[in-house]
Amino acid sequence: MKTLSLAWHYLWSRPLGAALNVLLLALGLASITFLLLVGHQLSRAFDRDLAGIDVVVGAKGSPMQLILSGVLHIEIPPGNVPLKAVRELEKHPLVASIIPISLGDNLRGFRIVGTSHAYLSHYQATPAQGQLWTQPMQVVVGATAARKLGLVLGNTFAGSHGLGAGGHLHGDSLYTVVGILAPGGSVLDRLILTDTASVWKVHEDYTAVDDDDRKIMEDEREITMALVQYKTPMAAMSFPRYVNTSTEMQAASPALEVTRLLNMLGLGTDVLRAFAGVLLLTAGLSVFIALWSAVRERRGDLALLRMLGAPPGKVAALLLCEALWLGLLAAGLGLLLGQGFAAGLGWFLQLDNSLLIGGMVWPPELAVVPGIALLVSLGAALLPAFGAYRVSVLELLQVR
Amino acid sequence: MIQTRGLCFRYPDGPVLSFPDIDVAQGAVLLLSGPSGCGKSTWLALVAALMAPTSGALTVAGLPLNALKTIAADAWRARAIGFLPQKLHLSSALTVQQNLAMAQWAAGQAEDAAAIARALQALGVQDLAGRKPGQLSGGQAQRVALARAVLLKPQVILADEPTASLDDEAAADAVTLLLQTAAKQGATLVIATHDARVASLIPPGIDGQIGFQPLRMLRSQLSKDEQAAGQLSAGSAA
Repeated sequence: MKTLSLAWHYLWSRPLGAALNVLLLALGLASITFLLLVGHQLSRAFDRDLAGIDVVVGAKGSPMQLILSGVLHIEIPPGNVPLKAVRELEKHPLVASIIPISLGDNLRGFRIVGTSHAYLSHYQATPAQGQLWTQPMQVVVGATAARKLGLVLGNTFAGSHGLGAGGHLHGDSLYTVVGILAPGGSVLDRLILTDTASVWKVHEDYTAVDDDDRKIMEDEREITMALVQYKTPMAAMSFPRYVNTSTEMQAASPALEVTRLLNMLGLGTDVLRAFAGVLLLTAGLSVFIALWSAVRERRGDLALLRMLGAPPGKVAALLLCEALWLGLLAAGLGLLLGQGFAAGLGWFLQLDNSLLIGGMVWPPELAVVPGIALLVSLGAALLPAFGAYRVSVLELLQVR
Repeated sequence: MIQTRGLCFRYPDGPVLSFPDIDVAQGAVLLLSGPSGCGKSTWLALVAALMAPTSGALTVAGLPLNALKTIAADAWRARAIGFLPQKLHLSSALTVQQNLAMAQWAAGQAEDAAAIARALQALGVQDLAGRKPGQLSGGQAQRVALARAVLLKPQVILADEPTASLDDEAAADAVTLLLQTAAKQGATLVIATHDARVASLIPPGIDGQIGFQPLRMLRSQLSKDEQAAGQLSAGSAA
């Protein structure tokens, strides 16, 4: 019989108490797992989706709304900006490139984004099937969107007006799927991409009453925003101010807005972290009380072990192994629960196809969870183990 | 097997106990009788190397125990001493089989299921291997505890109050079982008891070879002056 095996039997000799301790510890660890998972996935999503975009230019309003709607696609945009104004910006000496983004329609909640091939190049996205669009009303579908919508090459569909499901159907203007992107882990996975001209065509077809009207609309074409790359980092000093003061548009810096967003999320994170800390402290106390009681109840048994030849360290190790089991079980359960919570959040968020947060993701940071579990359980077991170490075999003989 | 010369033990803040010189042969039976507090348990603790004597010489199984260190004493006790406590201390968390395996674990030995089966069979409780102690009768539990005590084939078996709270019939069974088991193993048996019935249950000269050495110990009755002078006195009666 091994020490671990013996400790296992002792641990489960009081199943209710052991289960309660495992559950308490697991809940604290699950909260930490959840925080780590969400933090990791948010950070990865931000890093990936914001990389290489120096500034976003769009309609005046909330700059954070602009970033969330145009880069991360989890918010509605503040409005549209004139195409002409954006073309003027393209000529600005500090601007290296501009990617147009036009929002307005969706297919069952998945956004149809009018843009240029540069948008795909920016995220190094390539078609796994088919090809990129060569003319308006052709679409390339992100891997996740294609899978969830069941779209294959050659399918045609009509978009619905708005960014959420349930809008008016543009039944006269059908899109054709000409390409499906390979999964890249970026925001493109959950978008339906088409030429900017497609978005104009759908809305002009829908709105224009005659050719003159169409001509006017063509002159007044808009896009939702433009993703701008600078020629030089020094542009960050003057370009946003130029846009904000000299045009009817606003420039929002993704880096600044995401930092603001993370600071706002930080308060919630701190609360959750404090909650996890309280849970872990409670669990540690509970483990301590359970093991302390176990030593008191089993003094005779422990003394007998000493009589049978077990050195004091071996008797103490038995208690520590019980704590080790508690820690390991709680770590396993905590990790699974944390993954479950993250999957639950992912499921909730994906109802509107927003951020890609989910469970069953195993970033290296999660290694800290078993570490915390063992720290709490073994820390709580130190004093009881010392008590077991000091159990005198003489108690067995009732000497004096 | 057990030899004492001028053995005495002084508690830090209590009485001084001195014990008569004795020689117990291998396979002999020694009965330690006397009222509670007379020093029986202290003598057992000394023989099991759980405490070091204050003075005198104590040799058990050929090993002088006076200066044995704790770790060495633990290892020696695992090999040489089998112990049947008054409260049996069978772990309720473990089966009978596991309780015996725990003895092997405590002694630092690998689990030997065959040896456990043999020990249980020798005590007639082989069918109880899978049961938990709570499912055993008092007699069955005592047999299991005895199987645990003799599992590692000790040279000396120490039984502390083995008949306490047993009726006459059960007490006779318990003593007979102890005598038989010790005889089978060729182990020296020491029974510490204040139960006057036990002496009458041990027949003189079992198999004509095992000696019966009744020993009565009396608690030292020292005056404060005598204690201060470190003078020891003991009463012993056959």
